[in-house]
Amino acid sequence: MSEDDPVRFVLREARLIDEKRFDEWYELFTDDALYWVPLTPGQTDPLAHNSLAYEDKLLLKLRIERLKLPTAYSQKPASRCLHVMQTPELERADDLRGEYLTRSPFIYTETRGDESQRYTAVAWHTLVRSDAGLRIRLKRVDILNADAALPSIQLFL
Amino acid sequence: MNRYRDDPRALQALVDDDRVHRDLYIDPEVFQLEMERLWSRTWVYVGHTSQVPQAGDFITLDIAAKPVMLVRHTDGAVRILMNRCAHKGTKVVYDFAGNTGKTFRCPYHAWTYRTDGTLLNVPLKEGYQGTRLGETQASRGLTPVTHEVYRGFVFARLADGPAFREYFGDSLSSIDNLADRSPEGELEITGGCLRYLHNCNWKMFVENLNDTMHPMIAHASSAGTAKRLWEGKPVDMPMPMAIEQYAPFANDYKFFDDMGVRVYPHGHGFSGVNFSIHSAYSAIPEYEEAMKRAYGAERAQQILGTVRHNTVYYPSLTIKGAIQSIRVARPLAADKTVIESWTFRLKGAPAKLLERTVMYNRLINSPMSVVGHDDLHCYRSAQEGLAAQGNEWVSLHRNFDENESSQGELTCNGTSEISMRNQFRAWKKFMVAG
Repeated sequence: MSEDDPVRFVLREARLIDEKRFDEWYELFTDDALYWVPLTPGQTDPLAHNSLAYEDKLLLKLRIERLKLPTAYSQKPASRCLHVMQTPELERADDLRGEYLTRSPFIYTETRGDESQRYTAVAWHTLVRSDAGLRIRLKRVDILNADAALPSIQLFL
Repeated sequence: MNRYRDDPRALQALVDDDRVHRDLYIDPEVFQLEMERLWSRTWVYVGHTSQVPQAGDFITLDIAAKPVMLVRHTDGAVRILMNRCAHKGTKVVYDFAGNTGKTFRCPYHAWTYRTDGTLLNVPLKEGYQGTRLGETQASRGLTPVTHEVYRGFVFARLADGPAFREYFGDSLSSIDNLADRSPEGELEITGGCLRYLHNCNWKMFVENLNDTMHPMIAHASSAGTAKRLWEGKPVDMPMPMAIEQYAPFANDYKFFDDMGVRVYPHGHGFSGVNFSIHSAYSAIPEYEEAMKRAYGAERAQQILGTVRHNTVYYPSLTIKGAIQSIRVARPLAADKTVIESWTFRLKGAPAKLLERTVMYNRLINSPMSVVGHDDLHCYRSAQEGLAAQGNEWVSLHRNFDENESSQGELTCNGTSEISMRNQFRAWKKFMVAG
């Protein structure tokens, strides 16, 4: 995927998740990228404080490869998800260095069989321009009730 | 329906030496009785003293379906109090955690209490002159709960039951090992709490912690993928901490059998007598040096060489000394349980230790954990499957020995289901007695 506009890039990124095109989605991240779902509002420390997820590309790869396996028992039946996005806001733009920060409030629904869960969240994308186009260096997702007792969340917000 | 409340024989018949009846997991009446009996007569984990370091600090929670708080009194010691205004029942504090100063003040009618629960003041006191208020519970303030503190771990017992030391016995060695892993011998809970909602009975979770026949099967997709992603990497390339933590879940039956399991009276026990899935983690030399300085080489080696898997302090607390995290079962209904996962900082240890602890907690215990997903799938699936016709029993026969129940502390091969049988013997004792 080549998408030059940070706002359109973020919308496309959510769509790749919703369509379960995880291998393509994986390629949107830089090699040193992180996918972070903090536990606490305003959390600044991912290392000494618990998070719901804090994954580098190796761990994202693990998730994606696992989802392909017939032995991923918690995916019987398989989950589906949908991001209903508000248009992302460009929070910071540095065209010279090719760095952007977007803020995207969204509603996320994940279903599995008869069960359905819904989260309200804000995604913060730190994007960098590379030879191959825009790439994600950090995707941070603040779930409104991240510190509540939550059931299994199996796909990607 | 009262099938079990007034029929001890019916309740007793639910637990055989080598199998248990499905009603233990799915029957709402049994769950209610568990809260009144097992979870009230035994020592239930409440919290750690490091959560309430200053006078007036409190945390709130429910144990055995009762609202309580752990609070640091002005005398420096902690108390557990029922979180219920003596007047009309309002909870006097509502936040998960906070500091109340020197007194609690009910938000409804401003009855105030000292932090040991005693009633301090009531507005327009003269209105109670000549009434029976002084003769009732209302005048005695917030009801205190029997509690014990062991190396910072605070346990409560709501009803009559065995004394603390008698109840836990030598199983306390696992808490010792966790605390001893601090060069200063002290722990601090830090980093928040992962709260994972399980739509299954609490016992499915607690049993599973020393179920060593499931990891290589249930976790094949996660741990197996971790192993596969690392295959073929140069031998001198340092293994990422995440792979180090995931991969051993895919170890073979022999590994888990050789780990060994030890049980104690009253349902407690641990696997990993000889070694565990945490044994092969990379060394952190700076930490080992600090331990040697603090304890001497021999004692330090003894502490760090004890690498237990999960220790169950039946029924509520499960700890991982080697990784400095605990998981606490908070039952809400027969098919609803919150699993709290907490992380500890070892005082005097380098920051890398806490990073390892927090990573493990995130990878294994988060609602977004791919290990947790498959575990919970199996529990929930059993919660539904137990309704089937033709077999009302859960088998616990693996390595059963008819003499095992007469022995106190007992060490067995790691894949024995003895830890579960041992838990249900305690279950029967506390559910039927009294």
